[in-house]
Amino acid sequence: MNLDHLYQEVILDHYKHPQNKGLSVAKDVQVHHLNPSCGDELTLNLSMIEGIVSAVTWEGVGCSISMASASVMSGLLLGKSTDQAQIIFDSFLTLMQSKGTQSGDEEVLEDAVAFSGVSKYPARIKCALLAWMAYKDAALQIANRTA
Amino acid sequence: MTLNISAIKKDFPIFERSIRDGRKLIYLDSGATSQKPNVVIDAEGDFYRFRNAAVHRGAHQLAEEATDAYEGARAIVAHFLHADVDEIVFTKSATESLNLLCYAIGSAPLGNIFHLQAGDRIVVTEMEHHANLVPWQQLAKRTGCELVWFDVDSNGRLDLSNIDSLINDRTKIVALTHQSNVLGTINPLSEISKRTHEVGGLLVLDACQSVPHMAVDVTGLDIDFLAFSGHKALGPTGVGVLWGRSELLGQLPPFLFGGSMIETVTMTDSTWAPAPRKFEAGVPNMAQAVGLGAALQYLTKIGLDNIHEHEISLTGDLIAGLQDISHLKIFGPTDLHSRGGVVSFAVDGIHPHDLGQYLDSQGIAVRTGHHCAWPLNRKLGVAATTRASVYLYNEKSDIDALINGVIAAKNYFGVKA
Repeated sequence: MNLDHLYQEVILDHYKHPQNKGLSVAKDVQVHHLNPSCGDELTLNLSMIEGIVSAVTWEGVGCSISMASASVMSGLLLGKSTDQAQIIFDSFLTLMQSKGTQSGDEEVLEDAVAFSGVSKYPARIKCALLAWMAYKDAALQIANRTA
Repeated sequence: MTLNISAIKKDFPIFERSIRDGRKLIYLDSGATSQKPNVVIDAEGDFYRFRNAAVHRGAHQLAEEATDAYEGARAIVAHFLHADVDEIVFTKSATESLNLLCYAIGSAPLGNIFHLQAGDRIVVTEMEHHANLVPWQQLAKRTGCELVWFDVDSNGRLDLSNIDSLINDRTKIVALTHQSNVLGTINPLSEISKRTHEVGGLLVLDACQSVPHMAVDVTGLDIDFLAFSGHKALGPTGVGVLWGRSELLGQLPPFLFGGSMIETVTMTDSTWAPAPRKFEAGVPNMAQAVGLGAALQYLTKIGLDNIHEHEISLTGDLIAGLQDISHLKIFGPTDLHSRGGVVSFAVDGIHPHDLGQYLDSQGIAVRTGHHCAWPLNRKLGVAATTRASVYLYNEKSDIDALINGVIAAKNYFGVKA
């Protein structure tokens, strides 16, 4: 296995220059997720306006995979409807569970296809999913609140 | 005596396999679990092949032989620790050993020497593995006891300056690790045991990181209980040991109830078998105990002093090599005095998981994370570290590979040289 499949340029770029890092003052919901097996932590602020993701900001400590994934995800979901975001979420989750057999739908996932190599490293999948699970939790809380 | 590492390595079949596309396995994670020599794998397998029967019951030859093998393993453990054979309790893990102790103490009725009441004190340290912290923490919560702890100083040693106020006359239990699984620090027991016994407390030692690596004589340590796990000492998983002074085990209430551990049973009441049987309810992990016996005999044959000396020599090389790398911080003592073969470190700009992943691509197995010692990590001010730990099958070339691997990882991730 070539390590470059895991650490693609896109991932290392996002790790060094993260997007939407730094928590917004205003938010509809704040969630805090952690990975108890390794100590990675992530706080995510989510705001929605009329079913559209209007702001996703985050702060966290963790490895390049978890932090880059938070960065890529925040850029990807911004401006999407909850339905579109769900499609992206499902697509990313499927990619992570693919054990290296899929390369990801670039139309849907854009930069997030760079994480395809992660699915070959079982111990790292939860790193890549940390921010995504935080988003899912936050979106669900907003949905329950408005329901 | 210098160890013949190439001969030792031949005893461990795992070193015949390769890692990550044909690379040599460089195993520096024995602090998490040790590899197993053929004698252990065979002892476990042969128990199932030739002697398998439920111990302590049955009138047939197999039951006799199984019981002999299981009780023989107990005798080996006792000899290894310089303990009496009835002082050795087999559990499924060191974690279970410590939980057994906590739950048994927590159930001791008024009048029993172990009885705890609100306001009593339990003392631990900031460097404990979760297995020797959380059970005591929860016991304290259940009983209304006060949990206090020794701090760790900037050198990774226990700060004993407040020992007399910390271990006060309300102190019933002092539980600490013999050697830190993160820092490698070997703790000074005599001062702590002296103070503990002065106030009438009991000293519990988590010896998971010491018993596999150095000669431990319970009669010389002035302690009351000791726990260690089989799998870190070349033995199988699924077997741990609790040692306790026989007069204490005699008064300690049982924890798990069921078959084997009773003396008499009526529909309304029961009495208990003497220790250690009182603490071994159900059919035990027999093959694993027998495997542990084989592991301890193997270690004895090579010699614990030789193993310790070998590991300290490698640790010196490891620390020196790491200290030569810029922007790298070692957590724990950097002198070899009272320290074992576990070294944790962090490299600026590379998260431990990424470093561990890079090293893995080179065939090098290390541990990354908080090492089940989250409070200590908080004290050190890091979310995670990378840990290398050595054992008798490691050699200087393993250390060199790690050092070169760390340097190459800095290059790979483009951080400051």
